[in-house]
Amino acid sequence: MRKYGFIFSFLVIPVILYAIFVISPYLQAFYISLTNWRGISANPQFIGFENFTRLLGDDVFWAAVRHHAVLLVAMPLITIAIALFFSFLLNVGGGSKSGKMAGVRGSKFYRVVYFFPQVLAVAVVGVLFQAIYRPDNTGVLNGLLDLVGLGPVGWLIDTNLALWSIMGVIIWQGVGFYVVLFSAGMAAIPSEVFEAAALDGAGRFRLFFSITLPLIWDTIQVGWVYLGIAAFDAFALVQVLSVDRGGPDNATTVLPLEIWRTAFTFSKFGYASAMGVALFFLTITFAALSLRVTRRERIEV
Amino acid sequence: MATQTDAYRAAPARATSRRRQKKNQLGAFGALSHIALIVWAILVIGPILWTFLASFKTNPEIMGDAPLAMPQDFSWASWGRAWEKAHIGRYMLNTVLVVGVSTFFTMLFGSMAAYVIARFRFPGNRIVYYLFVSGLAFPVFLALVPLFFVVRNLGLIDTHLGVILVYIAYSLPFTVFFLTAFFKTLPNSVAEAAMMDGSSHTRTFFQIMVPMAKPGLISITIFNILGQWNQYLLPIVLLSGSVEDKWLITQGIANINTNAGYEADWPGLFAALTMAILPMMIVYIIFQRQIQSGLTAGAVK
Repeated sequence: MRKYGFIFSFLVIPVILYAIFVISPYLQAFYISLTNWRGISANPQFIGFENFTRLLGDDVFWAAVRHHAVLLVAMPLITIAIALFFSFLLNVGGGSKSGKMAGVRGSKFYRVVYFFPQVLAVAVVGVLFQAIYRPDNTGVLNGLLDLVGLGPVGWLIDTNLALWSIMGVIIWQGVGFYVVLFSAGMAAIPSEVFEAAALDGAGRFRLFFSITLPLIWDTIQVGWVYLGIAAFDAFALVQVLSVDRGGPDNATTVLPLEIWRTAFTFSKFGYASAMGVALFFLTITFAALSLRVTRRERIEV
Repeated sequence: MATQTDAYRAAPARATSRRRQKKNQLGAFGALSHIALIVWAILVIGPILWTFLASFKTNPEIMGDAPLAMPQDFSWASWGRAWEKAHIGRYMLNTVLVVGVSTFFTMLFGSMAAYVIARFRFPGNRIVYYLFVSGLAFPVFLALVPLFFVVRNLGLIDTHLGVILVYIAYSLPFTVFFLTAFFKTLPNSVAEAAMMDGSSHTRTFFQIMVPMAKPGLISITIFNILGQWNQYLLPIVLLSGSVEDKWLITQGIANINTNAGYEADWPGLFAALTMAILPMMIVYIIFQRQIQSGLTAGAVK
């Protein structure tokens, strides 16, 4: 039949490419994680769950998991809070103008500017913030602190601060995307809803907490899941920014960095894949849990 | 709310005074919110502007105690050094080549697959669709080790062809996911009319459906260009240190940064950073509307 020939001819190349470079590596990863493969021997030995039991006693692994936990809680909360605040101002903060709810003045400009870091390569952002975070007075941030008479801070070399400094960059880069995301959500709310509430005397706080927040809850939930996955994905910034790749003293290391290092520096492919599998289950568990927990009755408008 | 309005009506005098009070409150809130918006705009633009200015400074100016001072004179020497000595020109060219070719084929194969999935019934339709979409959920880090060996066994490690094929494969999930939804929304009648006139399936696709899908195709094309241009992880895995002349821009930038400690050409580093930032900035400013809607389209239904 002509139809099936056509369907086949259109699907064959994309499906083959996808099967070779995406599906097969994912499937192989699960098998490799059960072997002691080090890349040299042709026949990796099957060792069952040994890699995983070793993982349980690996301090660096647990340090990395702890850092994901910190990122997972703090980074989405801060990013979403900032983004919600700004997108509210940009969409309804200007009050009602000639019967239509409007954003504050210049909202279009802010929306364009805030999104900008999003289109910069993470590697570029990493290198840029290294100059900003330099530990002595030659760093931009410490230079600013110096102007107001405060001593230099070891942003990336202080073990208590380093992870937070890197998180700051992730937030700096991410906020613009969520401003745009939440703005799109707010634009979908009919403006009569706001106007009716405003006429009834609801102030901006009331407008925000009683109307905006519940009505864009779906979008916030999507944002939360994206940010959570980003928290498991942090690689380039940690690799470029951290001292000693994950340092100082493993204070900033994350699973992707450990996977990359275990595989391509130490050639422990089996062990690295076991970490990959752990990361996979952490990500999936997070996504499933957060979709469940944040599920709410849909409010129909 | 209704009772409150009635109360206003009953006591107009009191209501006006209260309303005035509220207006003052909003005034203070308005001023504060403008300050917050401006502060974040400066936080976003500041580092980028600083990078640009630093490319005109001299080493002592950058490494001195006044990182915030303006450059003494504007010379383009460091731009020349970054372009020639740090090979930014070469990396840029490599990246344009790789991203150009792989975006083109991502769009071609992606839209072909999406079109067939969206508009034809055939056994396995759902399976193919979910196969592609499942790629959105898996962390790339899980596939990293096997991917390296798949590419190496095909003899494509350290080649641009290898990077291009991998880029296409990893861009397919989102492209297919988005375009399937898009092709579903296109009207049936035009395609049917073409078929009645004896146009083949293939011809109908290229001459009728693709032009109709243009807005969706543009959004996803830009999305893929940005994503592939900024990719950092895949190039460092697929193009090793032994083929430095084949490196891509993000790799090159991250590398000058590591080397800058020894060579200490800071203005060169910042010139290189600016060169990596500028093309993205221009693309973004021209297409910001499509980029913002393209990036958020997947999340807001």
